[in-house]
Amino acid sequence: MRDVDRETGTLPECADLVVKALVEDLDEGFAALFAAYRGLVFSTALRLCGRWADAEDLTAEAFLRAYRALCGYDRERVARLRSRAWLMTIVMNVWRNSLRTEARRPPTTLLEEPVETPDPHEGVEEAAVRRETGDELAGLLGLLPEDQRAAVVLRHVVDLPVGEIAVVLGLPQGTVKSHISRGLQRLRALTTP
Amino acid sequence: MDSTHDPLLARLAGLATDAPDGLLGRIAARWTRAPSPVGELLVAFTDEGIVYARLEGEDFAASFRERFARPLLPAPRPPAGLLPALRSGRSSGLRFDLRDADDFQRDVLRAALTVPRGQVRPYSWIARLVGRPEAAREVASTLERNPVPVLIPCHRVVRADGAAGGHAFGRAAKEALLRAENVDLGEVRSLAEAGVLYLGSDTTGIVCFPTCHNARRITSAHRHGFHSVAQAERAGYRTCLHCRPGLAEAG
Repeated sequence: MRDVDRETGTLPECADLVVKALVEDLDEGFAALFAAYRGLVFSTALRLCGRWADAEDLTAEAFLRAYRALCGYDRERVARLRSRAWLMTIVMNVWRNSLRTEARRPPTTLLEEPVETPDPHEGVEEAAVRRETGDELAGLLGLLPEDQRAAVVLRHVVDLPVGEIAVVLGLPQGTVKSHISRGLQRLRALTTP
Repeated sequence: MDSTHDPLLARLAGLATDAPDGLLGRIAARWTRAPSPVGELLVAFTDEGIVYARLEGEDFAASFRERFARPLLPAPRPPAGLLPALRSGRSSGLRFDLRDADDFQRDVLRAALTVPRGQVRPYSWIARLVGRPEAAREVASTLERNPVPVLIPCHRVVRADGAAGGHAFGRAAKEALLRAENVDLGEVRSLAEAGVLYLGSDTTGIVCFPTCHNARRITSAHRHGFHSVAQAERAGYRTCLHCRPGLAEAG
């Protein structure tokens, strides 16, 4: 699941392999893209939107958009892709669009579902672990302003380097760092009894 | 700060998870190959059902991409029921993914599914079955664009005069598919030339389409031809409940 080496912050080889596969054959390349980044995209989606079903929708939509974009690219453009940052940019766009759509809907707060619907395929043990470590903190992420939530999720849940987050969010690195640190500050305040 | 020393960062890192299995099935379609009476068929399917079929030789991946804009990956195994359906010519057990079609097109394709192997119906019959009796021409063009020919048997829908009409794989393939089901389109044509579109039996008093299995059982001594269902009804016949020839015309 970890895409970046913690010590050196370098991209693993799989990113290059994905681009190579995409240049060779769009469909097989897509399979490689999905295999390499499925956990990254789904984790990001889940911690951004908070609901399992929404995260599945967002992940499917983002990969489908990525494929459709690739259909319109020529070989040179595909060869120059930084696949992970490019894909995550699409994920963030789909997420922001979904927020806008949601904002236009009338509020349904009284009938709101629980913050996170558990994965129906999750085992008992996994569920217990998640409840201890995940549930509460995942819910608190939803209390952060969107910019801070995005920056914290990208940096500390899926472990992207700050430079890449800046590309993905289209923000200067300094702004990304300040979103991360304010987000963490807020989370610390919320988790400290 | 390093996550090993900061419990909050460690807990955030613990929020990463893998995507659920099956998610790829919502994004990508799968393809497989299967034999058909007119050659090797390439078949694409999603988790909703069969979505596209073409004969080998065309650029399947390119035409699929153009039509559906969805990734297409090789299937580990054919979808349930595909091979038996192709062997038997009966598609009733297959699931189809017709999300790409509009309501009218979906109704027309589903209606074509009801024509049994070895029989044909006119375009006007389908038009009436989907509640658009004036739309026989649109029925014909919808069936000519059938995304899943052979499997949704649009080859069993022909012109009232016994001419084969159009087909996504071409007229010759349409005629070959019907021959493989022992449909004698030539006979339908010569009956139509003689003004006979329906056949009735004077022992049962029932009138049918000429290819209906009930019509084929009528011995020549008891066989009577009719130009219209109205004419047959005036002669005291009732329409067959199996092939429902009354649907082909007004009244």
